Amino acid sequence: MTLRPQPRFPEPDTEPFWEATKQRNLVYQTCDKADCTDRVIFYPRAHCDTCGSLETSWNTSKGEGVVYTYSVIMQSRHPAFKDLGPYAVAYVDLDEGFRMMTNIVNVENPITDIEIGMRVKLVWQDQGDGEIALPMFEPA
Amino acid sequence: MAQTREAAIVGIHEYPLRVAPGVSALQIKAASASKALEDAGLSWQDVDAVYDNGSHQNIGGLGISEYLGLNPRLIDNTSVGGTSYEFQAHHAATMIAAGKANVALLTYGSTSHSDRRAIGTAGATGQGSPTPFNNMEDPWGMTLISGYGMVKARHMHQYGTTNEQFAEISVATRYHAMRNPEAVKAMTDLEFVGVNEITTQDVLDSRMIAWPLHLLECCMVSDGGGAVIIASKEVARNCKKPPVWIIGGAEATKYRENGGDITVSAGGQSGPRAFEDAGVTPDEIDVLMAYDSFSITVMCMIEDLGFCKKGEGGDYVSQGILKFDQKGGPALNTDGGGLSSNHPGERGIFLLLEAARQLRGESNSQVENAKLAVAVGNGGQLGARHATSPTILAAD
Repeated sequence: MTLRPQPRFPEPDTEPFWEATKQRNLVYQTCDKADCTDRVIFYPRAHCDTCGSLETSWNTSKGEGVVYTYSVIMQSRHPAFKDLGPYAVAYVDLDEGFRMMTNIVNVENPITDIEIGMRVKLVWQDQGDGEIALPMFEPA
Repeated sequence: MAQTREAAIVGIHEYPLRVAPGVSALQIKAASASKALEDAGLSWQDVDAVYDNGSHQNIGGLGISEYLGLNPRLIDNTSVGGTSYEFQAHHAATMIAAGKANVALLTYGSTSHSDRRAIGTAGATGQGSPTPFNNMEDPWGMTLISGYGMVKARHMHQYGTTNEQFAEISVATRYHAMRNPEAVKAMTDLEFVGVNEITTQDVLDSRMIAWPLHLLECCMVSDGGGAVIIASKEVARNCKKPPVWIIGGAEATKYRENGGDITVSAGGQSGPRAFEDAGVTPDEIDVLMAYDSFSITVMCMIEDLGFCKKGEGGDYVSQGILKFDQKGGPALNTDGGGLSSNHPGERGIFLLLEAARQLRGESNSQVENAKLAVAVGNGGQLGARHATSPTILAAD
């Protein structure tokens, strides 16, 4: 089996996110500045993308949210995906207020069994090396 | 704001082939520059400003100036994907109006088809330096087409837009393509199944590439290119063809945002600004050249530029107004678009070219008495980071 594209390092903004997956923690950042108008930061960065503050904190998500939108890929030429059969990519809105790209898994027919707005919960897909894992979601 | 007519498109050329083996992107650029200058009645050394997005054979404005043999006093390397050329037209018109240059050259050349680039379905390459967004997107196997599929899915959910409505965009575009000999040759050379007019049912019956996007809602991957010459009003008055005035332009960006509305493109910001800049309104527009990477891209451009209210694009495109010989709204993508004529990856220049042809009265699907056109490009990926820029053009 060809491995999916893996996060590549050094890449200091996202490395803490992927390090946390080794303990199966889904993490996101918040801005420490009290008067910042949108304190949730995602994807990870060393600064707040709303106010520019360099003071940010890491938090662990409960891994629960809703499907914001999705698409089901019927044709991928990437070696890791081309023989997978139809699979769903999605943006999931986590309850903590961040939106992430992911896959919706553990459904029989991704076109009909997934709905925009449905509740989903986190599952981890190991990457075979016993280290980082990919956060994915399944119907809650 | 009062409308100004300080800069105009005075020369155009669209490279005629969509399958061009053995030709380089640079050669397509040079050939197109030569023909566009000839079209304008200007000479090679009249060019004093060079615009390049550096996307193919990646040499940028310095390299292309040397290659062409030009010594510009102004170089602009703006690179924002498929709408680079609307950004560049906006910059060129502004700099010409400020007296910084007189004759600007914009070129495009690409050999995406001959290079066998699977732009829409390849997924992540894993090449180049890692970026935060690569690391937060690539592992889940999103293809470019599925990124647009996610926008279409949300549009259908949020507004009740139907597949039949989206298909109207493909049907009107193909109608125009069949009247354009270069588009017919393109579809033939690229071995389209059925080089003919299509129905909404044909679109719905075509295979699903990334649900909910069908094959006939997706652009081709071709070779090709072209060139645009933009000149000051003084130069424009002495050119061979009537000037096509650049009367307005604007730029904006948008990203995947926590809590954001993915169905609203950056055109929601740049559209109103461009119309204000031009001093005209959407209901005055005769021709709409809207970047048709996919059906959903056009739907968003129509709504976000204000041709109808947000979310009402489905009804808008279904009222029988998109074809050049129908009344009631601007004709859409009268050259056959990226869906059915020309899409080597960054289509923005072709939007300017066909808009200029319409305003000169030279289109294969000529809108009677066309006075105003919009060329609106969308670069990057609609569902993620992207840029949208409308250029508003007026006949002399």
